[in-house]
Amino acid sequence: MPERRRHARRNGPEREPPPQSPAKSEARARGLWTGTIGFGLVSIPVELFPANRPRRLSLRMLGDDGTPLGRRYYDPESGKNLGKDDLVRGFEVSKDEFVVVKDEELESLAPEKSRDIELSRFVDVRRIDPLYFERAYFLLPWGTSDKAYRLLVATMERTKRAGIATFVMREKQYRIAVLAEHGILRAETLRYADELRTPEQIGLPARREPASRDVQHMEAVIERHGRAGVDARELRDEQAERLLALARHKAERGQDVVRAEEPGARDEDNVIDLMSVLKRSLESRQAEPGNAERTPTRRAGESKHRSTRGPSTRKAGRRPPARGRKHAHARSG
Amino acid sequence: MWKGVVKADGVEVPVKLFSAVEDRTVHFRLLSKQHHVPIKQRMVEPASGEEVPREHLHKGVELERGLFVKLEPAELESVQPKESRDIEVLHFLPRGALGLQWFDRPYYLGPDGADTRYFALAEALRRKGRIGLVRWVMRNTDYVGALSEHQGYLVLITLHHADEVIAAASLTAPSGKPLDARELTMAEQLVGALAAEPELEAEHDEYRERVRALVEAKAHGRKVKVVSPRKKPEQPSIAKALEASLAHLKKAANA
Repeated sequence: MPERRRHARRNGPEREPPPQSPAKSEARARGLWTGTIGFGLVSIPVELFPANRPRRLSLRMLGDDGTPLGRRYYDPESGKNLGKDDLVRGFEVSKDEFVVVKDEELESLAPEKSRDIELSRFVDVRRIDPLYFERAYFLLPWGTSDKAYRLLVATMERTKRAGIATFVMREKQYRIAVLAEHGILRAETLRYADELRTPEQIGLPARREPASRDVQHMEAVIERHGRAGVDARELRDEQAERLLALARHKAERGQDVVRAEEPGARDEDNVIDLMSVLKRSLESRQAEPGNAERTPTRRAGESKHRSTRGPSTRKAGRRPPARGRKHAHARSG
Repeated sequence: MWKGVVKADGVEVPVKLFSAVEDRTVHFRLLSKQHHVPIKQRMVEPASGEEVPREHLHKGVELERGLFVKLEPAELESVQPKESRDIEVLHFLPRGALGLQWFDRPYYLGPDGADTRYFALAEALRRKGRIGLVRWVMRNTDYVGALSEHQGYLVLITLHHADEVIAAASLTAPSGKPLDARELTMAEQLVGALAAEPELEAEHDEYRERVRALVEAKAHGRKVKVVSPRKKPEQPSIAKALEASLAHLKKAANA
């Protein structure tokens, strides 16, 4: 999501640390967060990954000769480049006046229990209004044993219920519905009620009872154009396809093409494909001796969220997919 | 405000689009530690670290790893979709035909004249239990969305494109020895004991409220206490943990 720094207001783009050194970007791709799911007194170690990837239509910044450029943060007063240790987080109290808020201060706002995904209740997910659903993540098993993970998956599939939980990750509290699908746990973040507007707040006119003749007419239209399911082809990103076709055409003719292998200049997004990260994460477990008798224990160190500063969080993981870009355009004004 | 027309089989419903989402996040800025000023960013030549001025910046795509193609502004413009006000309904699907993973961002549609048709469409969607799969172009971008009824009004939720969604079915789920039947039974009992209605309106983002309070305290120059997390106790076997959970719930119910 190279565009996120410009657009992803909701994700706090300015909180993203500056690019890491080339060597660090080759580290093993890991999830955004590791911790435990609490199911009663059973704890299930998991690693969290985004379930959606950024839009294919992500543009890069290139130099005159087509070389991919790097992005550096700098101090506008000194003009000096800044590394991750040269940054602090500030809250703007009035124009150009900031109070500095330290990581430890924010961390101490989250009680320990909020650092884990504690399934507090189990609900019928169809009873949740679709407006609540924000973003999807996979929760993959982590640690030495899959047994408790598989037990929870099997139970949720049988009961057809989703577990509701809140947890804190990267200085933000998330409310999620944990669902099981095809043997894998997925977390769908749920907006809070105050993040959703009501028709009254927007100022929509009071609802009027439509004439039954009009409703019947609309019903007939719906019936005539009814379909049982969606065809994936209808959800294609045609704009991205056109863009790629154009780029391929130019590449074939050798026009404006550059080969460059500078990892330092890359955006991490392109380095590792999310799908292969997920597959690798699942496959690496097959080799390990799983199904130990004891479930892994909850240790404080395990469920700490990886801070935004860790290089490990910035690979596959990273922040949720390409919302920023799309939304910057889609936001109604 | 964006205005469009929902079109289905010759029926036209003019609408206005409103975001259904309100941003409540407490936003922070990254500041330089030294001067406490918001940082800026610049594009640099990776080899030299030399800044590249604006007029020498170009857009492009990485076709495959390490292969970059530069695209001129006119070329980028040529792939943009044709401008249009149409929200075209492709067809009507049963509610639930789309997995939750597809949903992106919700908007309310308000009537833009022709109120009768607007409320008739909303009501018809409700009665039929269907959603419309729609396409439209807004601010030079293609969108696919789900058109549905919500409290008597029309709601449009943008959908992710096909290549953005990773299906769980395409991954290999963890497998191993068959699960213990007794543990499965206990786990189901535990889910049953914790079964509830969603009741999502009642919950607040307490952490956000604490962050808000923290920045306000600091803005007024008050000191803030920092606490570090405690360690957690060790855990027994799955079966024991399940038994203890059920016993605990039973006790709570009797109390």
